[in-house]
Amino acid sequence: MKDTLVIGGEEFTSRLFVGTGKFANHQQMEEVLEKSNTEVVTVALRRVDIEAKEENILNNIPANMKLMPNTSGARNADEAVRIARLAKAIGMGNWVKIEVISDHKYLLPDNEETVRAIEVLAREGFVVLPYMNPDLMAAKRMRDAGAAAIMPLGAPIGSNKGIRMKEMIQILIDEMDVPIVVDAGIGKPSEAAVAMEMGAAAVLVNTAIATANDPVQMAVAFDLAVKSGRIGYLSGLGPVSEIAKASSPLTGFLEEFK
Amino acid sequence: MSFYDVYLTLKDIPFRNRFKNITSKDVKHVLKKGRLTIEDYLILLSPAAENFLEEMAQRAHHLTVQHFGKTMQLYMPLYLSDYCVNVCSYCSFSFTNPFPRRCLTLEEIQKEAQVIADMGIKHIILLTGESRLHSSVEYLKESLTVLKQYFSSIAIEIQPLDENDYKELVDDGIDGLTVYQEVYNEDIYREIHKKGPKRNFRYRLETPERGAEAGMRSLNVGALLGLDDWRKECFLTGAHASYLQDKYLETEVGVSFPRIRPHAGSFQPKDHVTDKNLVQAILAFRLFLPRAGINLSTRETAEFREKLIPLGVTKMSADSSTVVGGYSDPHATQSQFEISDDRSVEEIKVLLKHKGYQPVIKDWQML
Repeated sequence: MKDTLVIGGEEFTSRLFVGTGKFANHQQMEEVLEKSNTEVVTVALRRVDIEAKEENILNNIPANMKLMPNTSGARNADEAVRIARLAKAIGMGNWVKIEVISDHKYLLPDNEETVRAIEVLAREGFVVLPYMNPDLMAAKRMRDAGAAAIMPLGAPIGSNKGIRMKEMIQILIDEMDVPIVVDAGIGKPSEAAVAMEMGAAAVLVNTAIATANDPVQMAVAFDLAVKSGRIGYLSGLGPVSEIAKASSPLTGFLEEFK
Repeated sequence: MSFYDVYLTLKDIPFRNRFKNITSKDVKHVLKKGRLTIEDYLILLSPAAENFLEEMAQRAHHLTVQHFGKTMQLYMPLYLSDYCVNVCSYCSFSFTNPFPRRCLTLEEIQKEAQVIADMGIKHIILLTGESRLHSSVEYLKESLTVLKQYFSSIAIEIQPLDENDYKELVDDGIDGLTVYQEVYNEDIYREIHKKGPKRNFRYRLETPERGAEAGMRSLNVGALLGLDDWRKECFLTGAHASYLQDKYLETEVGVSFPRIRPHAGSFQPKDHVTDKNLVQAILAFRLFLPRAGINLSTRETAEFREKLIPLGVTKMSADSSTVVGGYSDPHATQSQFEISDDRSVEEIKVLLKHKGYQPVIKDWQML
């Protein structure tokens, strides 16, 4: 059975999206991208220096991968819109990951401003993937505004704390009819597998790979974990009992009264 | 309510006693915690914490890599003018120091910009002496018309301005504001800032807040270490940064730990701040505010800067000239202070790569 992810009319086989910040050098990042088998790569426009010859990060992103410029640094909808337009203008395509962060302490996304940015950019023909705080009503507004996928955070960005927002993300997966991509907070391959087992369409990983002792091997591990989690999900995981089977049943007396 | 009100509640803490009474046990307790309070920060600045520098360094390194990655932002200062109306005992630009003053013309600014851009630098900070006449808002705005063609991020370190002036500059492309309080001890402040508008302690202290209100993307604060007890000064600097971070969530807050360098004049630092002291200051701050920027200039020597890289630093200057016109004219005159690391941008890049760090040249796109 063919299992592909479709976003913005494009089909992908890999369900691991990779971020490009925090790497020790562009060559290492390139090797990570290749070994991870990823097909979607996010790059902060603020870091792109198209005038630089050697140091242009775009030169190290394999051409077969989908570029997803992000609006890192945007403090409000207006700045996010301007960054997205600039990215498109320099040839980074029409995909954009909207990141509106008005909090430098925890780097939490601003859902309201994000909705406003989506409204503008989706109208202009962008394929918009918003990074957001997992909230069902906000996710619905984002979809109605034209988001092609929804990217809830698993935990604060860069925290490597895992899927702390599990219940809320599960609700998004169950209720939303657009792909849910778990973005931020995933610290270990096993946590990526958990997100996939929950039914997430994909995960986006950056810090956990970039800051590992061996980023290339970690990328391989994430690739396998995402595949494994996906297969687990598709195979139909057995139901999990929330309550252990009681050794002294509370309704046993009904049998005795017969 | 401004940081001045907070300052009033902190300034009379009996620091000497507090620091003296902190024990190893207190330090160990703090090192077990996840999120630190301002009290914990004080403990990490104590003499007792000196025995835990290695442990602090490991944690500081880990936190910095986690939040910033193995990256280092590079920038350069660009001095536009050395006219100054203040009399400050520790600074070469002091009004009473006799030397021919200079204020760059637009043509000269372009020359300087070209030299810096040719070195491959995209982030700069503009510096001037304090003179509303020579480094006016109009002059800065005019300079920006030239500088914006060369750089992707432009910050300022000039005389404190009113919020409206900052707004004008932000609208024209300035995104960062650095203002050092110099010394958080108001008495010493008045003693060393002998004449000029800089004597207004409170106006200077509230400058970052006016900048943030005007929409600056980043703020950088610091104390000139050596003017008073460094432990106390670093504590108040951290308190200031923390206050700004809490009040202006959308703004990036950073600090610098400048130590007094040789300069024209006879001023002698009150407090001798050793390398070990500076390391402790950086580590304590990193553990206290894991997401704040830490800025390291070429005031420090090449050897020492290398060792500081993994301890929490996120931004470094390179191959800096502290002389007005100093990049394009090797005969330019008076420097603000002497620099200690004169390696080229290329050399710094090689060093960073060698240490496993990515030199980041561009980290902002002017909108």
